[in-house]
Amino acid sequence: MPVVDRQEWDVVVVGAGGAGLRAAIEARERGARTAVICKSLFGKAHTVMAEGGIAAAMANVNEHDNWQVHFRDTMRGGKFLNQWRMAEHHAREAPDRVWELETWGALFDRTKDGKISQRNFGGHEYPRLAHVGDRTGLELIRTLQQKIVSLQQEDEKETGDYESRLKVFQECTVTRVLKDGSRVSGVFAYDRETGRFFVLEAPSVVIATGGIGKSFKVTSNSWEYTGDGHALALLAGAPLLNMEFVQFHPTGMVWPPSVKGILVTESVRGDGGVLRNSDGKRFMFDYVPDVFKEKYAESEEEGDRWYEDPDNNRRPPELLPRDEVARAINAEVKAGRGSPHGGVFLDVSTRMPAEVIKRRLPSMYHQFKELADVDITAEAMEVGPTCHYVMGGIAVDSDTAAARGVPGLYAAGEVAGGMHGSNRLGGNSLSDLLVFGRRAGWHAAEYAAEHAAERPPVDDTEIDAAAAEALRPFSAEVEEPASGPPENPYTVHQELQQTMNDLVGIIRREGEMAEALRRLAELRVRARRAGVEGHRQFNPGWHLSLDLRNMLLVSECVARAALERTESRGGHTREDHPTMERDWRRINLLCRLADPTGGLAATDPVRGQITLARETTEPIRTDLLALFEKEELVKYLAEEELYE
Amino acid sequence: MSSYEARFKVWRGDVGGGGLEDFAVEVNDGEVVLDIIHRLQATQAPDLAVRWNCKAGKCGSCSAEINGRPRLMCMTRMSVFDRAETITVTPLRAFPVIRDLVTDVGFNYQKAREVPSFVPPAGVGPGEYRMMQEDVDRSQEFRKCIECFLCQDTCHVVRDHEENKKAFAGPRFLMRVAELDMHPLDAAAESGLDRKSTAQDEHGLGYCNITKCCTEVCPEGIKITDNALIPMKERAVDRKYDPLVWLGSKIGRRSSQSS
Amino acid sequence: MNSGGVQTGTRAAIAAPHLRTDRWWLAPAVTAAGLFAFVVYSTWRAFANAHYYAAPYVSPFYSPCLAENCRTMHAGPNADLFGSWWAISPAIIILIFPLGFRLTCYYYRKAYYRSFWASPPACAVAEPHKKYTGETRFPLILQNVHRYFFYAALLVAGVLTYDTVLSFRDEHYRWGHMGLGTLVFLANIVLIWAYTISCHSCRHIVGGKLKHFSKHPVRYKAWQFVGKLNARHMLLAWASLVSVALADFYVYLVASGVFDDPRFF
Repeated sequence: MPVVDRQEWDVVVVGAGGAGLRAAIEARERGARTAVICKSLFGKAHTVMAEGGIAAAMANVNEHDNWQVHFRDTMRGGKFLNQWRMAEHHAREAPDRVWELETWGALFDRTKDGKISQRNFGGHEYPRLAHVGDRTGLELIRTLQQKIVSLQQEDEKETGDYESRLKVFQECTVTRVLKDGSRVSGVFAYDRETGRFFVLEAPSVVIATGGIGKSFKVTSNSWEYTGDGHALALLAGAPLLNMEFVQFHPTGMVWPPSVKGILVTESVRGDGGVLRNSDGKRFMFDYVPDVFKEKYAESEEEGDRWYEDPDNNRRPPELLPRDEVARAINAEVKAGRGSPHGGVFLDVSTRMPAEVIKRRLPSMYHQFKELADVDITAEAMEVGPTCHYVMGGIAVDSDTAAARGVPGLYAAGEVAGGMHGSNRLGGNSLSDLLVFGRRAGWHAAEYAAEHAAERPPVDDTEIDAAAAEALRPFSAEVEEPASGPPENPYTVHQELQQTMNDLVGIIRREGEMAEALRRLAELRVRARRAGVEGHRQFNPGWHLSLDLRNMLLVSECVARAALERTESRGGHTREDHPTMERDWRRINLLCRLADPTGGLAATDPVRGQITLARETTEPIRTDLLALFEKEELVKYLAEEELYE
Repeated sequence: MSSYEARFKVWRGDVGGGGLEDFAVEVNDGEVVLDIIHRLQATQAPDLAVRWNCKAGKCGSCSAEINGRPRLMCMTRMSVFDRAETITVTPLRAFPVIRDLVTDVGFNYQKAREVPSFVPPAGVGPGEYRMMQEDVDRSQEFRKCIECFLCQDTCHVVRDHEENKKAFAGPRFLMRVAELDMHPLDAAAESGLDRKSTAQDEHGLGYCNITKCCTEVCPEGIKITDNALIPMKERAVDRKYDPLVWLGSKIGRRSSQSS
Repeated sequence: MNSGGVQTGTRAAIAAPHLRTDRWWLAPAVTAAGLFAFVVYSTWRAFANAHYYAAPYVSPFYSPCLAENCRTMHAGPNADLFGSWWAISPAIIILIFPLGFRLTCYYYRKAYYRSFWASPPACAVAEPHKKYTGETRFPLILQNVHRYFFYAALLVAGVLTYDTVLSFRDEHYRWGHMGLGTLVFLANIVLIWAYTISCHSCRHIVGGKLKHFSKHPVRYKAWQFVGKLNARHMLLAWASLVSVALADFYVYLVASGVFDDPRFF
């Protein structure tokens, strides 16, 4: 094996989106020498795609807002499956995290009195989302990026080197978290540009790699979302939590085919856009579930009044939580009342003057004009559900963001599970990134400082094994000529996406999911044979071959957990078990690697790689339960929970 | 509603050399150039290197030159071309090439570091920032920048003169200076940093001859020249070419340089 | 190792200096032709020292007229500041200011850098120069004096406004009359003002230099107004260039007796 370059750091952050950068800033400010590794260029992470805003109960627009109301909305949105302690931290700390961004140079849209403006969003009782037009994610990532640069400038003044305490390794991919016994010792990575392997030795590793959307065919996620962090954690021995909960955003573009899935921001509805079917009917009024009946308008007139006078009217049902809206659209299309390209109509053109649309939704206007040749100020958009977010993820400690069972491993952002329960509210992800990114960076730095004296060693054999695994695609044909011809990784990927989309999509059935597991096993065998041409320098075929391992692992987690949970809740809808069961509320499903030695027994299609375990959650603290009306709790909590 | 076969020339190679390679590839309704590049990867050239990410014009990764014009591949629809036309795709030509369509954009990250960051105002805590919308409008326009670096690529100051890269920050980062100088709460001046004169002295504003190519290529439609570069030039004039101020600063600078 | 620019050794090896397939040369060619035509015309007219006054109209090229050899224009823009030593056309004295204003104008700079100096000829088309220092040193660093020419241009525009007012007389200097020339002058002065006010320096001075618009509501309004005009600065630059030449040409035609100014009342 060739000599692999090694460097020593205190904290390694995998992923440079909102959570990763926030973690890195925190770790560096707490004195840890911090390295950030990201697959894209610095500042290009998927966070830039977030449009609507950052949910934080600052009460700038409606004075009645506070953290308790935000907590309540979050729990309702997640159908009470949330790790309540995370939801509490999140609701309490979000305002501070937003205000802090201003001190780093962020420029949010303003209220008349010069405070941060806040907008309405699905599932939030009050206008709560700090935003910048419809490009809030860009503002967030740029602010964090520029804060990192400013820290580097400070370091340069002191040490003469910008990267002495905080360095970004851009366009690099981590393929393994390295371990010394049970604890973390570093990461193994390759440089996408050169194909060179390297090892960053560190006692703390923060995983902040985002989601898994690229396992689905119709998705709003970018190529980076191959579930890398989920897989790294699994392979390192950490469990994943509630992976069956995948959010399908109700409004993605459906046409033209090449942009199918690209997001149409929820702000379109928050600012007055309405959903109509091919009969021109505002169908959402027919889909308000019982648990939300008192909170939503019953007539179009009342819904329309709400935009002007929210204190005396109830909100229109277009602003129900995302899972409800996605299912409703799905049902309308299925019933034959869809739009020409298989979606429904989302209309702002009849609701606002063209000037206002262009000012409030500039990038949506742009996106439809440029990509679909549709002028949203003059005609309705066609939209349909798109795979958007995974609520499940690495099981973490609510306070420290530490992954369970692997000392030194932390996770924050989309890759971490629990915070959003079975369904995430819009705007809660950006605040999640900031709140838990900071917590992960803080505790990772603390852990690293505690272990500064006895840094975990990195074993050569582990590096050799990781290198061999990463080089497999170049010799796929040579090693196992008997098992079949080499596979095109792009083909395997497309079949995986089709499988997940068709069989483990919005509406799930037992038979289909069993079929999905069978196909996944087949694909796993084929993925072992994925071979690539050319060399290691910026070779996308090779990169995809390596990502396939991760996508197959997380896809299996999603399918197995979805098969196990025999109820419908939030982002998990079972046609064969259409109701929400109070008894399931207390159950978390944990996915673990079947073969913890890490050998991927890919050739055994029956057994699979993932085992499931059920776990009963900790009861919700009583003062938090007291924030809800008894009548509401009855709908979610089992009898015995109520009387405790 | 139909598909057809388009002819493409795609530059392939690395720093050691390379050239335009011919491809014939299927094009379907509603596709963009990036779709076609992906189809080439999936069917004809699996190791064709290309940088991309969001595919919705929001991240600024897939910058390239299409028929000689700097553009985002994801925002260039195939329908703007004649079906008979051969479409040429090359990497950005102002930066060192890494492989195929991927270039080394490190120049931009270097320049980003050279612009002093936002200076928070003393005595104003988090949550106490008060800014009026009309005061943040200007900087907000510049913060729409997705850092695709097309303006840096097209700017002839560095595109045609490699030797100017050292002295010239490029439109994107001169705009960053403007953004901070127009930020209603930036306290650089109080900390002794004059962004108006450093724009010219440190970041090479004088190299700009306002020929507006940066504005022409900006996929976000930011009026870089009219709203950032020219106002900065005028602000530099305030500092440096106002006869009285100029005289004063000459004397002032001499004493500060010696210290 | 190749020479600099797009042929620099580390960049993608592409022999062609550019790969644009559109007619990128058209815009600079048209610009060059337009500017060249104006330069030829105005040089002829400025040195002609004749046919610049036909009561009540004075050519904008000769206003204000600052030498002794000027024609006396009844209540017109005469001010003998230079005396008798000035022997050549008096237009030269005053044209320095509008010429300087336009020469240092941010739009015209773009126009002639591109079309006359090919720096660059068009976007992403390699420029033919080995070295480039932009406006960092003499003489181009002098472009920074644009605002002082703007102040001068304000004065000149003021005088031309006065001339336009005078055009509401008849050839016997009686007030309350109008001819075709009055309309030409009106159109010209509106465009001259619009071009002058839409200047980038003006935009800076009225409000652009402020850090807090919210503390200066009137200047903010002014800045917004100038900004709207400024967005059309190129259009106004051309329109006013043509109109000023037309106004002069109109005076020339009337003064040289080619035709009589049609009077309305």
